[in-house]
Formats: sequence, structure tokens, C-alpha cells
Amino acid sequence: MKTLFALLIAVALGGCAALQPPQPWEKGDLARPSMQIDPDPLQTTLEQHIYTSKEAATGGYGVGGGGCGCN
Amino acid sequence: MRVRSLRAPSNQARLAIGALALFAAFAPPVAALDAGAPAPALALPQSGGQIVSLESLRGRVVYVDFWASWCGPCRQSFPWMNEMQRKYGARGLTIVGVNVDKRDADAQRFLQQVPATFTIVYDPKGEAPAAYGVKAMPSSYLVDAQGRIAFVEYGFKDDRKAELERQIAVALGTH
Repeated sequence: MKTLFALLIAVALGGCAALQPPQPWEKGDLARPSMQIDPDPLQTTLEQHIYTSKEAATGGYGVGGGGCGCN
Repeated sequence: MRVRSLRAPSNQARLAIGALALFAAFAPPVAALDAGAPAPALALPQSGGQIVSLESLRGRVVYVDFWASWCGPCRQSFPWMNEMQRKYGARGLTIVGVNVDKRDADAQRFLQQVPATFTIVYDPKGEAPAAYGVKAMPSSYLVDAQGRIAFVEYGFKDDRKAELERQIAVALGTH
């Protein structure tokens, strides 16, 4: 019983590090456009511009793309 | 010297065995195959249900290509593979495209957009790519007539087409 407990603790401490990352052939869902960090750069630029203007926050995070020349 | 008789394993031994078993359960898939290794067995169904196996294709040069609907380079590789099947089919080449999509609808939509004139088989569970040690999508394995891996290609690029065709011709030449 104590052995089993010790074993379970050892595995639990490993946590998700013990699991395998997705294999190359399993990455279908990760390839969807909505899974990108920034799926629509133009949209992000517009949002950041509005955010900067309305909230008077400095800069927003560095955004490339867009065409309005505000950044 | 006292000889230790066989008895139930000590707690320490049990712990070691248990840990090993757990590590084995989380073991990574097989390492990548090298040229010259025997090709792992394949027996996968086509869309109609009939099974295609490497064993039944022994004697032919088989180009096994792992593809998926979400794989961009596959859109370029399919027309090229159609061309290869057309050109070398009579000389003994069989191209087998192994689809690894989890949802069949995705694969069918891809095939409607990018038709294939070669054999397509389906492996949604992903046992075949694990057995072949696939490291990238798409991956292609050229299996010679004796059932050994002749050539491995990870990915697909336009400037590799000539080299791939040369490998196919070499494998067919010794057929």
C-alpha cells in the first residue's frame, strides 16, 4: 500500500511532462487558422488602434501589418 | 555463501518494476526508419472497405505517402503523385496514400478539391504513421520490390520532385 502510494506520488509529480506532445500526424486541429496566435493581422491592427485611441493606453503591443500608418 | 531463494519481490523491487512499467506506457513512438530497413506491415482499408496491404503488393515498388487534409504541401504533392502513377504504373509502381485525418469528412473534402488517381487508404487511429516513425507531414516512404525501405522523404517541396522521381526510377530499375 505504501509502495503504491509512493508510485502514485512519483507519477503525479511528473505531471503532464510524462505525456507525449502531439505527434506530427495528430496536429490537424492545431493547423486550423483559428488556432493561430494572430489569425487576422489586419483585424488586430484595427483593434489595437481603436484601443490606443479610446483608452489612451500607450502603444498596445507591437503590431505589424495594417495600412493606416498610425503606428 | 547463502543462495537467496525465489520469493515475492521486495517493496523496492516492486517500486522499480512499477516505475518501469509506467515509463514504458509513456514511451515515445518508434524512431525514424532508415533506408534498408524492412518496411513495417500495412493493412488499411480503402473507402469502399477493401483492405490494401503491403504484403499483397510485394513485388511492386510501393510509394507510401502519409497525407492529411490539413497538410498544405499535400496539395502540391497530389498532382505530382498522380503524374508519377500515370508514368510509372505500368513499370511496377504503386502509390498508396495513407490518410491520417481523424474525421473522414475532411479527407473527402480535400479529395474533391485535389483528386487522386492513386490508391487512398485510411488510418484515422494513426497506427501506421507511428509504426513508420513519421516526423513531418507529409512523409513519403519508397518501398522497393523486396519490401525494404529504399528512400524516405519528409515534407514535399517543388525542387525535390526531380530527386524523388530519380529515386523511383532507380527502385524500378532493380525491379
